[in-house]
Amino acid sequence: MTQTSATPAQTPREAASLVPPVDVIEDTAGITLYADLPGVPKDRLHLHVEADTLTIEGEIALEAPAGIEATHAEVALPRYRRVFSLSRELDPDRVSAEFTQGVLTLRIPKAEQARSRRIEIAVE
Amino acid sequence: MFYRTVFPRDLFAELERLQREVQQNVDASPSIRGGSRSGFPAINVSSGPESVEIHAFAPGLDPAAIDVQLEKGVLTLSGARASVLPPADARATAHLDERFAGRFRRVVTLPDDIDPNGVRARYRDGVLQVSVRRRAAVQPRRIAVE
Repeated sequence: MTQTSATPAQTPREAASLVPPVDVIEDTAGITLYADLPGVPKDRLHLHVEADTLTIEGEIALEAPAGIEATHAEVALPRYRRVFSLSRELDPDRVSAEFTQGVLTLRIPKAEQARSRRIEIAVE
Repeated sequence: MFYRTVFPRDLFAELERLQREVQQNVDASPSIRGGSRSGFPAINVSSGPESVEIHAFAPGLDPAAIDVQLEKGVLTLSGARASVLPPADARATAHLDERFAGRFRRVVTLPDDIDPNGVRARYRDGVLQVSVRRRAAVQPRRIAVE
């Protein structure tokens, strides 16, 4: 799983977005990805798996009373976006996702034939 | 971890660190609480005529475990976030490790005219929103001309 910084096929003027921090953990059965997307409601989260590209996009929707003005902003853009390219042994058809309290958990299992097997080393 | 400096996988975090270092060296009078852009959770503050709203971007927490305190006009948010990384002896590898884990504490100075009894905190979609009411006396009032 490597990260691509730009996707040339997309429109050249893409809206500026924040890069969500992620943890990526691989075990023998697959890869688990955790992404922090605080402020994104469930219906504003978009996940795409196309060919070998995984795109995570989310729009921030915050509650604020009318007539309010920002005085200090560390989160200055209203959307997140991050793209990963998946490697061949991962099975994009069996990706499962869970999204609770701003944390996205993606599980991408490895294809059956790609699972790692313990190789015995014969010592003579 | 040994390879991180030689071949930084996490380019964004490296750039962020560089930017922070430059900022610290350029800024002649930084805030007494240090860099404002590096902490967890990230905080947005906005103010209106009736209230001050603080949004803390702290995903994946148990709302009951977040400690929100207001004392002498200073708002303190603290708590902890558990790590999802596998233990050292597990048969798993962490390829990217960017999310915050551990104890956190952030402090925000509020304006003088806030009402300490009118504080409300909610946690939704991983964002802690604290609304602090401003005292009615200081809200702009229209004065009728007789």
